[in-house]
Amino acid sequence: MNFFANIWRNEKSREIIVQIFVLLCVGWFLSWLISNVDANFKALGKDLSFEFLFIPAGYDINQYLIEYNNRDSHLRAGIVGLLNTGLVAFFGIILATFLGITLGIIRLSKNWLASKIAYWYVEFTRNVPILLHILLWHGIIINTLPHPKKAINIGDVTFLSNRGFYIPKPLTEIGIELVYLFFVIAIIFSILFFKYAKKKQDLTGQQYPVIWINLMVLITLPMIGFFVSGMPITLEIPALKGFNFRGGMHMSPELAALTFALGIYTAAFIAEIVRAGILAIDKGQREAAESIGLKPSKVMNLVILPQARRVIIPPLTSQYLNLTKNSSLAIAIGYMDLVATLGGISLNQTGREMETMLIVMLIYLSVSLSISAFMNWYNNKVKLVGR
Amino acid sequence: MKTKILLAAATAGVMFAGSVLASTLDDVRARGKLNCIINTGLVGFAAPDDKGKWQGFDVDFCRAVAAATLGDADKVNYTTATGKTRFTKLAAGEGEILSRNTTWTFSRDVDLSQTFIGVNYYDGQGFMVPKALGVKSAKELDGASVCIQTGTTTELNLAEYFAGNGMKYNPVPIETNAEAQELYKAGRCDVYTTDASGLFATLYSFDNKADHMVLPEVVSKEPLGPVVRHGDDQWADIVSWVLRAMMAGEEKGITSKNVKELAAKDNKDKEINRLLGKDPLQGLSKLGLSPDWAVNVISQVGNYAETFEKHLYPLTIQRGMNALYKDGGLHYIPPIK
Repeated sequence: MNFFANIWRNEKSREIIVQIFVLLCVGWFLSWLISNVDANFKALGKDLSFEFLFIPAGYDINQYLIEYNNRDSHLRAGIVGLLNTGLVAFFGIILATFLGITLGIIRLSKNWLASKIAYWYVEFTRNVPILLHILLWHGIIINTLPHPKKAINIGDVTFLSNRGFYIPKPLTEIGIELVYLFFVIAIIFSILFFKYAKKKQDLTGQQYPVIWINLMVLITLPMIGFFVSGMPITLEIPALKGFNFRGGMHMSPELAALTFALGIYTAAFIAEIVRAGILAIDKGQREAAESIGLKPSKVMNLVILPQARRVIIPPLTSQYLNLTKNSSLAIAIGYMDLVATLGGISLNQTGREMETMLIVMLIYLSVSLSISAFMNWYNNKVKLVGR
Repeated sequence: MKTKILLAAATAGVMFAGSVLASTLDDVRARGKLNCIINTGLVGFAAPDDKGKWQGFDVDFCRAVAAATLGDADKVNYTTATGKTRFTKLAAGEGEILSRNTTWTFSRDVDLSQTFIGVNYYDGQGFMVPKALGVKSAKELDGASVCIQTGTTTELNLAEYFAGNGMKYNPVPIETNAEAQELYKAGRCDVYTTDASGLFATLYSFDNKADHMVLPEVVSKEPLGPVVRHGDDQWADIVSWVLRAMMAGEEKGITSKNVKELAAKDNKDKEINRLLGKDPLQGLSKLGLSPDWAVNVISQVGNYAETFEKHLYPLTIQRGMNALYKDGGLHYIPPIK
């Protein structure tokens, strides 16, 4: 008896006992869940089978980044959906990041009006559920923009309508390789020049306008290639044929609404994170930077933000994850993401709800973990190196 | 330790499964209410009236089964389901019947382990367009944007029809009828497609009915009917014979008005006697129903024609294929003997 009492009194062994107990509870719960599912499946005469993934899906998808038609399998339909999820998450994250950082900085501005506008923006957007944002943007686009026959015409090449935005699509012809080659050369030059300028600055303090020079090189070199090779790019102009525009590149109202809604909603949270990050930097840093005569923009970009980044990145990661997962609300407006294809129509056509939901959950899990891993890598890169 | 946990878990699982295996009729009687899964809102089939009471053709079928099994058509709990959630809800036991414009197909019958007990409405997928579009046939729809109510066989029919006619289209899949309607009205789509019955119901709810039309093409076979879970043949028999009793009512001229009268007297047509409990109907006790089951159904809900006229005539839906065989339709029921 004394022996057991001693084990319990010992902090180390008590920790282990508690952990074993918790682990057993979790294990018991999981095995109960699994056996329950198994028993109920048996009772219903169902089996767990993933064969349906390889039969033709039979339905069409309105936006595909890889070739897809309705004879392709459910698996491919799911991949098309996953890529659509990725696309909207990508656009949304870019928009949210730029807007969020800008708003976060404006929020701290000494200009009363600017700071109040940013304040109200944050309060309004983050306190309205994301689903309403999505429905609102979709409603605005399809109700305010005209029918394709009366589409807003911008220079006869770009058209805005309630069926989406149409822009010219570049088509490449023979000779395009030269343009690519020149572009690669321009990139290599930019990298080398950047390194050279940095080294020079470290040694002598002399600065080059690196961004402007690189930008010029990146634009002019491929342009020279373009003209030398006889202009091998033509534009496919969208044109109204029958009910809709055909040709050109098309952004559907659903993709646009979802990008705006997710970007604008998440930007409000990011703005707060950025503001918190900036406020976390000791004001002595700013004063010191100002006292050596740096311009306000340099103070922000060279002194404050690099330090604030360390505070900002961990919560920013979870905002990116939220945005990606929130994109599953796409189904409300008919954007065919992963949940709408594999977790929606495929589920319904095959009736394999357990299987499709498991797959969809696993995919979201792995997408989230990848974003997390990337952000952790970035965080490790910028975090304060202990000395 | 580990095996004990597994054993306990297995026991719990089996006990849970056991409740699923008990007789559905006993469950319903013990509860005193029938749980019925219906549409989230489709005028004519299942929609709340101005008092918040569910009304419609599919709702009436739930009421008929409640009348036959519990003696009171009002003893029904309604659970709504979208096209996507309906089979899951039925499989999970949230209802004893799925009465929600459900198309009978091979995979749904066989692969999903459920039983279709008959057809109560012969339907087909159609297209609705604004008249201003100037389209007279579905064959002219090449390149159109099409709003689809998902969770039905609609996507597959649409894909096959357009591919079969060498036409392209831009699908806009929407979860519920209400939202799909809004998109169609806002001009996001040129065409709205779902089962023709659904199109008529949708059109009925429009303010400007005259500006829209349903195209003549019907591109699929959609036999709609109530569904029950596999495994309880007694329950499947009850539900299917309730449907047949309603149709027999129409065939034999038994209506909610004269059913009590006919049940009280000895009719020349012995089939009426057997249906209404005057003469014994061999095997009825195996279904666990009382002899006045059909009287309850017809007196409280009406025969097939009565519920059709009450709920679907206002939507300008004609009997067409849904007439009895003797009137040139497809409904032909086995004899009641």
